[in-house]
Amino acid sequence: MNTTIMLFLVQDGITNGAIYALLGLALVLVFAVTRVILIPQGEFVTYGALTYASLASGQMPGTAKLALAMGIVAFALDLFAARKALHGRLIARSLAANVVLPAIVLALTLTYAGQKAPVPVSMALSLVIVAMIGVYLYRIVFQPLAHTSVLVLLIASVGVHLALQGLGLLFFGAEGQRGPAVLTTAFTAGSLRFTGQSITVYGITIAFIVGLWLFFGWTRYGKALRATAVNRLGARLAGIRTSLSGQIAFLLASVIGALSGILVVPITTLYYDSGFLIGLKGFVAAIIGGLVSYPLTAVAALVVGIVEAFSSFYASNYKEVIVFMLLIPVLLLRSLAAPAVEEEKD
Amino acid sequence: MSALLSVTDAHVAYGKVEAVRSVSLEVGENEIVTIVGANGAGKTTLLSAIMGVLPLKGRVTFAGQDLARYEIEDRVAMGLGLVPEHRELFVTMNVEDNLELGAFRIGKAQMKSSMERVYGLFPRLKERRKQLAGTLSGGEQQMLAMGRALMGAPKLLMLDEPSLGLAPIIVADIFRIVTELRASGVSVLLVEQNAQAALKIADQAYVMELGEFVLSGKASDIAANERVAASYLGFQHEGASTV
Repeated sequence: MNTTIMLFLVQDGITNGAIYALLGLALVLVFAVTRVILIPQGEFVTYGALTYASLASGQMPGTAKLALAMGIVAFALDLFAARKALHGRLIARSLAANVVLPAIVLALTLTYAGQKAPVPVSMALSLVIVAMIGVYLYRIVFQPLAHTSVLVLLIASVGVHLALQGLGLLFFGAEGQRGPAVLTTAFTAGSLRFTGQSITVYGITIAFIVGLWLFFGWTRYGKALRATAVNRLGARLAGIRTSLSGQIAFLLASVIGALSGILVVPITTLYYDSGFLIGLKGFVAAIIGGLVSYPLTAVAALVVGIVEAFSSFYASNYKEVIVFMLLIPVLLLRSLAAPAVEEEKD
Repeated sequence: MSALLSVTDAHVAYGKVEAVRSVSLEVGENEIVTIVGANGAGKTTLLSAIMGVLPLKGRVTFAGQDLARYEIEDRVAMGLGLVPEHRELFVTMNVEDNLELGAFRIGKAQMKSSMERVYGLFPRLKERRKQLAGTLSGGEQQMLAMGRALMGAPKLLMLDEPSLGLAPIIVADIFRIVTELRASGVSVLLVEQNAQAALKIADQAYVMELGEFVLSGKASDIAANERVAASYLGFQHEGASTV
């Protein structure tokens, strides 16, 4: 192997690794705040990617309708929960967030679907649609289960993953899709060629990580989210609603998922079930970070990306095998370093 | 004067085991009420249930409202605060962030004045405001837990064993602050194993044994009660042997 190929593989690995980093961070965030291991993170990726690709090619994505349907269910749940004390203001707010908003987005999607929406519009609509699906998903499935064990939440998470994947097949078909690049410029530095898309990936990943850091370090809601992750009971006693923290965590996770999808789909063809594998690689990074450490997760994600790039060069048939085998030594080391702990009872 | 907090015929159970049985109590405005009793009497269980952490059978009203359908967070917003036995601090965050989060439901302007007030009560916290909560000493952690609860401007503060495991000088400090709170219009429901200190500052007192109240009345009367003195205050009856 010469240095050019090596540099090329490293570059490729970093581009993919950046996306795994985003997904890994989202997984750590959701787990820390809600104790949910977010298997459907991969579906957020596919939904984001394929909604974007559909819109850009002038098709109507079924996800917009799903968002409205889920919003109506979420609103019904809010109504049911508030049946003993119907506060007009709360009901109005719930109606606006759960029904009016997705209805407006659906109307906009219908308007743009027939006419090959421009890239920024497709991007914005896809992000909003998937973000809504994420938040309603928390309201419908995980908020009612918030008090249960990690195992119950994991089972629900697997169920949601299967359901969303099935719906993905229904909405987008079995055919793969590609979307238009966000930036079409390119330049070369030495022997390396940087496409606009890979620059966008780096830029957005760095912006997101800085954004998350600012959010968690400096804003009231960011601190509240951290507080919920550190001590759930303490947060409740301080008046921080766990359901609010959960919604914010799912909002961030679904936006990150959709964004990753939009960034990947111009590079690789994505199918209705591709997200799962991409999400799993973020998961490998999150596990290496122990599901708690954000910086370790980000670094591990870059390693996963680079290992993947090299193994697809040397042994492309075993690419996935090699990547997922990374987990075994990590889990082994972790189990040696930390004694088994009983699951906390809360 | 109607009571600020009123608990009527409360039962709290862990599965089939009833830890609190048919308990009734009242806390008035500007009042310190203490519940004393041995370890395992059900004091902590009762406080947690009043806060909504554990399910309670019976009736609890606060400021005239039935609490049954309110979650913990709503009770906090209504002016009920709990400083739990294990403090439940945000250990990886600094003192100032912990306090700020205590005022999560309150506007920014009011938060500043709340924080000044808490720093006034606990000058030590101001010195340590950039230190992580997990690195504070036990006494400082207790102060921070109380400070965080006070940031939410509660009308009634429930304190669960605030003196547990602390040096005597700090205990005295904390009890002094509890009386200052009453002077500033905050009622306090105090659960303590250190019955002597608690009865000294309280207005009303309840004695709890095996999940039930066995005695109640003015704190000074309870302190003078022989049985209480023998069981909880460490006084010896005449003729009792000293080991």
